[in-house]
Amino acid sequence: MHDIFVLAEHREGELREITLEILTLAGQLAEQSGGKVTAVLFGSGVDDYAGKCASFADRVLVVDDPMYENFNSAAYQQALALLIKTEKPHLVLIGNTGQGVDLAPSLAVELDVPYSSDIVALTLEGDKPVATRQYYGGKIEGRIEFKDADLYVLAIREASTPAGEGGKSGEIQKIDNPVTTEVTVRKFLEYVEAAIGEVDITQSTMLVSVGRGIREEKNMPMMEELAEALGADLSASRAVVDAGWLPTDRQVGISGKTVSPKLYLTVGISGAFQHVTGMKGADVVVAINKDPDAPIFQYADYGIVDDLFKVVPALTEKIKEMKG
Amino acid sequence: MNVVVCVKQVPDTSDPDTEVHIDSSGKGVDESKFSFVINDADNYAVEEAILLKEDQGGEVTIVNIGPEAANQVVRMALAKGGDQAIRLDDEKFAFSDITATARLLSSAMGDLEFDIVMTGCISSDDGYSAVGVTLAQMLDLPHAAMVKSVEVIGEGKLKVGRELEGGLMEMLEIETPCVLTIQTGTNEPRYASFKGIRAASKKEIKVMDLAATGLSDDQVGEAGSTAVMVGYSVPVVGELAEILEGDAGETSAKLSGILKEKGLV
Repeated sequence: MHDIFVLAEHREGELREITLEILTLAGQLAEQSGGKVTAVLFGSGVDDYAGKCASFADRVLVVDDPMYENFNSAAYQQALALLIKTEKPHLVLIGNTGQGVDLAPSLAVELDVPYSSDIVALTLEGDKPVATRQYYGGKIEGRIEFKDADLYVLAIREASTPAGEGGKSGEIQKIDNPVTTEVTVRKFLEYVEAAIGEVDITQSTMLVSVGRGIREEKNMPMMEELAEALGADLSASRAVVDAGWLPTDRQVGISGKTVSPKLYLTVGISGAFQHVTGMKGADVVVAINKDPDAPIFQYADYGIVDDLFKVVPALTEKIKEMKG
Repeated sequence: MNVVVCVKQVPDTSDPDTEVHIDSSGKGVDESKFSFVINDADNYAVEEAILLKEDQGGEVTIVNIGPEAANQVVRMALAKGGDQAIRLDDEKFAFSDITATARLLSSAMGDLEFDIVMTGCISSDDGYSAVGVTLAQMLDLPHAAMVKSVEVIGEGKLKVGRELEGGLMEMLEIETPCVLTIQTGTNEPRYASFKGIRAASKKEIKVMDLAATGLSDDQVGEAGSTAVMVGYSVPVVGELAEILEGDAGETSAKLSGILKEKGLV
């Protein structure tokens, strides 16, 4: 059996894009192995999502029960483990997302099968998966080989495979909820939206975005001055927000905001995946960073490889001169 | 409220200027120019544990897998308010994957009484985001990953907030004992006081080798791993940025010219 299970992910009334991305990846692998792709969808009133999944899968297994209205890894794990034991797929692919990292590792332990996470590329060599992961914030990559097993659970990084066009018409099968008793160890309460502060950086046309490379909070005024000269708002990487140098609503990246300014000028940001995911909508990206191998230069249009403490004041002066 | 915190010592690659180079084995990186620090997320986990202890009473136990040099990270956690520590150290532990690492940590939990186990939600070097949740299942405990708020709401019950994409918080109720993986930015990690540092030098760090864990050779290290990192490589990069050459005066002049041309200034 070469069948591939893909866990559908949804939240607050939306099927998340990661689902279609992984279904696309699974489709590519299945073409190679001759297996079938099954989307597994837990939810409550999810016919619409099932339809979307069906155009990317050979089959959609739907468990429709109020228990799954909102994500609860304890309930998901029980249900998924039971389904997997019955259906015996060869691969189970889950998004390496806020939901996936809360579920996939413990599922793999329960099933006693090999697991790896945050996979950026996945291929099959014979029957076995081979995974590529990134290390040290994307500065190097590593190849993961697995011990022989009948089943592998793998968590796939968001946006690592672009979602395809679909075009399949998989069979939608509604099945009974395999979990028959209420899950009590963990209960979903509510979602709380992130607050929006005085500046909504998702609306900014110009952003100067600062990272850990600025080293200390006392260097913030230098960055503010550059932003002011450019008429830009300030945004930041996670590290700067964690340190409290800028409020949370200025964070760009997976757990922060997705921005789409005309100019995104990064200062001292190395360009880890978690950050660059949030800036892909920018028109022109400029990076100032001392390390020529920093991943940020793969995403920037223009780069300056130099000490930011020399470049930023010089640039501020030049912009001021230009504006008169 | 007894809390166990798992901490990892990692190379300090937080500075974006730090270059990472693959060593001659192909399975490691050149560490000669690195300094070593506590993993960022683990630092927040230590703080969260100490805050709980200050609020609720109880003890904080620090657990680490690492060589003797990792004592500096363990001692710092003790200096901030940890009460005792265990360091798992054996050359056979090298190259442990997620599963083998979690198995080692679980072997250290055997004799401990705890309400919560905390880990960082991600490590800055390997970035698996998986050891804590793996450990939870091995201990047969409920868990919550990427936790950014912890509140005790009753006997054996916590209300925690998990940070999801876009900063959305998923609030949930969880029974203790449980495992929480703590996100960066959860609190403001304190600095250790001189008094704390002095006291920490007297606190015991219990060292466990393979025999002490009760595990066998084939349960740890590469032999005990099911997903083995076999070799590092330099990423194949696509089109790079156009790099502006020259000193700061020249590059900034070139850049401001480009911005003007594009109508951005």
